[in-house]
Amino acid sequence: MAKRPQADKQKADSGNPKEDAIEVMATVIEPLPNAMFRVELENKHQVLAHISGKMRKNFIRILPGDKVAVELSPYDLTRGRIVYRYK
Amino acid sequence: MIICRSATELETMHRAGMIVWGALTELRKRVQPGVSTQELDELAEEYARKHKARPAFKNYHGYPKSLCASINNEVVHGIPSAKRIVKEGDILSMDFGVEFEGYYGDAALTVPVGKIAPEREKLLRVTREALEHGIEQARAGNRLTDISAAVQQWVEKNGLSVVREFVGHSIGTKMHEDLQLPNYGEPGHGPKLQAGMVLAIEPMVNAGSPAVKVLEDKWTAVTADGGDSAHFEHTVAVTENGPWILTRPRDAAGPVW
Repeated sequence: MAKRPQADKQKADSGNPKEDAIEVMATVIEPLPNAMFRVELENKHQVLAHISGKMRKNFIRILPGDKVAVELSPYDLTRGRIVYRYK
Repeated sequence: MIICRSATELETMHRAGMIVWGALTELRKRVQPGVSTQELDELAEEYARKHKARPAFKNYHGYPKSLCASINNEVVHGIPSAKRIVKEGDILSMDFGVEFEGYYGDAALTVPVGKIAPEREKLLRVTREALEHGIEQARAGNRLTDISAAVQQWVEKNGLSVVREFVGHSIGTKMHEDLQLPNYGEPGHGPKLQAGMVLAIEPMVNAGSPAVKVLEDKWTAVTADGGDSAHFEHTVAVTENGPWILTRPRDAAGPVW
C-alpha cells in the first residue's frame, strides 16, 4: 500500500558532512590572526584553514613551512581544518 | 528510525513476501474480462488465510478490503467492489500485503485485461522497468534517493510522469515504517543504505500529467487529467551482495513481474 508523504517526518539529512570531508596534504604559507593559516595545497590552490580543537587541546604549534593534513568542507572548498602536522 | 533486520527476520519477511507473491500470481491468472474486483479481493483474502497470514490492508487506517484494485485512471487504493468489473482493454493494478508472524510483505503489479492498446503496454513495461531500475540501486553504500532518481530518470526518459503524492516506504514489523521513499528526486541524498534495511519500492507512473486526486471515498486516487496509471511494487531487502527481492522466489529470473 503506497504511503502519503508527511513533510515533517522526512529528515532533511543528506548525509554526514563530517564523513564527506576531503582530506588533503598542504604546506602552511603564513599565519593569520585567531589561529587561522593560509595553506597551499598540492594543486597550488590556496585555502584558509583553522587549527582543529584537538590540536589546540594538545598544544601543538604550527609554523609556516610545516606540512599538514587539512580537511576541506564539501560545502566550501576554500575553507579547511588543519587536523594533523607531519614531522 | 533506520532499522536493520537480522538474517532470521529477513527469512520471516521472505516467507511473508512469498505469500504475497503467491496470492498475486494466482490473482494474475484470474484477471479476465468480466471478473469483478470483489472476486479478486475475496481470492486474495482466502489465499492469505490459507497460508496462515493476515491480510494487512483490511482495517489499516480504516481501509475496508484486503486488496487494492485500481483500473485504468485509478492510480492506487481502488476499493474492490462487485460493481467494478474489468473489461477487455483495461489495465488493472493489484496491490496486496500480508502480515505473517509479526512481519509484513507488500507488493503490487499492473496487468492487462485481454488485449490492450500499445500505449498501455508501454506504460506497463516502463513502470515495471522503473521498478527494476530502482531495485538495482538498493545496495549497501548507496543513498536512499539513488533509488528515487533511478525511477524518475527511467520514467521521464520514456515520456511518462512520476506520481508525487504517494511514496514507497520502509517496512518490517509495521506496514509503513519511518523511511519515506519518493519515486523522484536528486540522487545522493537521504540515509545511506545498509544491509538489513527493507524497503517497499513502488513506482506509480502516469501516462499524462503526474497530478493525482483522491475521490470522496477517501481512498481511491485517480489521475487529475484522467490518463492511465500503472503501479508495480516489491518489498526489497538491502544485503551485502545486492538487493534481495523478498516478494519473489529466491531463484526467480527474468522481469520482476
